[in-house]
Amino acid sequence: MKIDLQKIEDASKEIYIRALKLLPPDIKQGFARLDKTETDATGKAVLGTMIRNIKVAEDTNNLLCQDTGIPIYNVVIGRGVEFDGFALKQAIVRGCARATKEHPFRSSVVHPVTRQNAQTSCGRSIPVINVEFSDTPETLSIEMIPKGSGSENNSWLKMAIPADGIDAIKTFVIDCVLEAGGKTCPPTIVGVGVGGTADLCVHLSKVAATRPLGSSCDDPEGAKLEVELSAVVNQLGVGAQGLGGDSTAFAVHVETAATHITLNPVAVNMQCHSARRARATFTPAGVSYGY
Amino acid sequence: MAHYDFNMPVSEAQVRALQVNDTVTLNGTLFGIRDATYIHMFDRGRKTHFDMHGHAVIHTAPNVKWTGETEANPAGYAPVCVGTTTSARMERFTRPLMEQYGVRITIGKGGLFAASQAAFSELGGVYLAIIGGAAALETTWIEQIEDVDLDDLNPESLWKFRVKDFGPLLVAMDSHGGNLYTEVNKAARDKRAGVLASLGVKT
Repeated sequence: MKIDLQKIEDASKEIYIRALKLLPPDIKQGFARLDKTETDATGKAVLGTMIRNIKVAEDTNNLLCQDTGIPIYNVVIGRGVEFDGFALKQAIVRGCARATKEHPFRSSVVHPVTRQNAQTSCGRSIPVINVEFSDTPETLSIEMIPKGSGSENNSWLKMAIPADGIDAIKTFVIDCVLEAGGKTCPPTIVGVGVGGTADLCVHLSKVAATRPLGSSCDDPEGAKLEVELSAVVNQLGVGAQGLGGDSTAFAVHVETAATHITLNPVAVNMQCHSARRARATFTPAGVSYGY
Repeated sequence: MAHYDFNMPVSEAQVRALQVNDTVTLNGTLFGIRDATYIHMFDRGRKTHFDMHGHAVIHTAPNVKWTGETEANPAGYAPVCVGTTTSARMERFTRPLMEQYGVRITIGKGGLFAASQAAFSELGGVYLAIIGGAAALETTWIEQIEDVDLDDLNPESLWKFRVKDFGPLLVAMDSHGGNLYTEVNKAARDKRAGVLASLGVKT
């Protein structure tokens, strides 16, 4: 299968806009679940406003949240897909900039030192483009995640030591949720990276935070940990928007990687309640859009 | 818990009457401000020509569309999506904004801290919580972008919105030392040990 780069550019534009406007069904179901079990009056009112906002965004064809985020594109390349890799990245960047200019919406991206905004949502190494490979034949998938800054500003890494064991990981996650309070726009998906190197650990926490609700870690040890942490996180009472109640998090997600005999790293990255994602999938039949 | 409808601007007495858990709906003028706007106004000596006495600010950098100056969009911008950012980063600017410009109300999400709380008590101010991430809904409360200043900072310009039935917003910090975030945070920290024990963590 040969990929037409113009179609990649068009799809990269389309999925940025779709991600900003349409909340994935699993997140909507997460809201319904929290709304059903919320016992606090303020928490209930806050969730009600968030649920109403999802409907208003759909009815008015508007963005869910003003924060257009740091754009992240996750590319997964299947078997037998032919393209020029460098040109593919350039096509994604062009699509990202076109979405910003042509919709139009806010460019939230600035140079880290000068703070100059190119008004394109692009800059040095931004959009983030992650490339992975899969054994699915003749399929190329691009997932777009506009990562909001309220949640991204609450990111942590701790290089714990082996003697601290799993207790250090659990304690760190709970302390990060307390530290975040309402700043992350809860209810959140709490993403936890366990193991790897420092940078891999942080990356895993982002993968965990942006994974669909209802999915689980494919490492049984990670899956066990996410069940344990998800069961207790809402007992803290931080609540939606940090104003109290039972809806602190939709879930705690964990991703793991093997690590060094001397290391015990843990990272936390959170996804806000506007847990936006969109996906374009290319097959020989053409391009289809989803989450 | 009482509800108040405010036509902006408001007096010190109106703001001091508010208590945590009251709700407020605003009509009239609302100013949009955030990181870069504050940095330029208070760290780099820039001034605005806007009269902000008795007014409210919201922590925002909106999505806008340039239309050119028209009757509907006198500043040349149509609002596309106006939402709210996390207030925590703006903590050290609450006092100068109140002292130098007479602002009475700060609207944001996630809350502010002790320095802002002290400014609210001494100078007569409040923090109103809006629901972060509910920007599509919030946009329906914006009638017009009336004016803009410091627009080289776009999107972090100083925006002058005209709003209608903007709210209800929750009084989360008042001028009497009341602070919902501190209360919730303390209660949550009190539960920490129990939660860790239920996870089998040895302390």
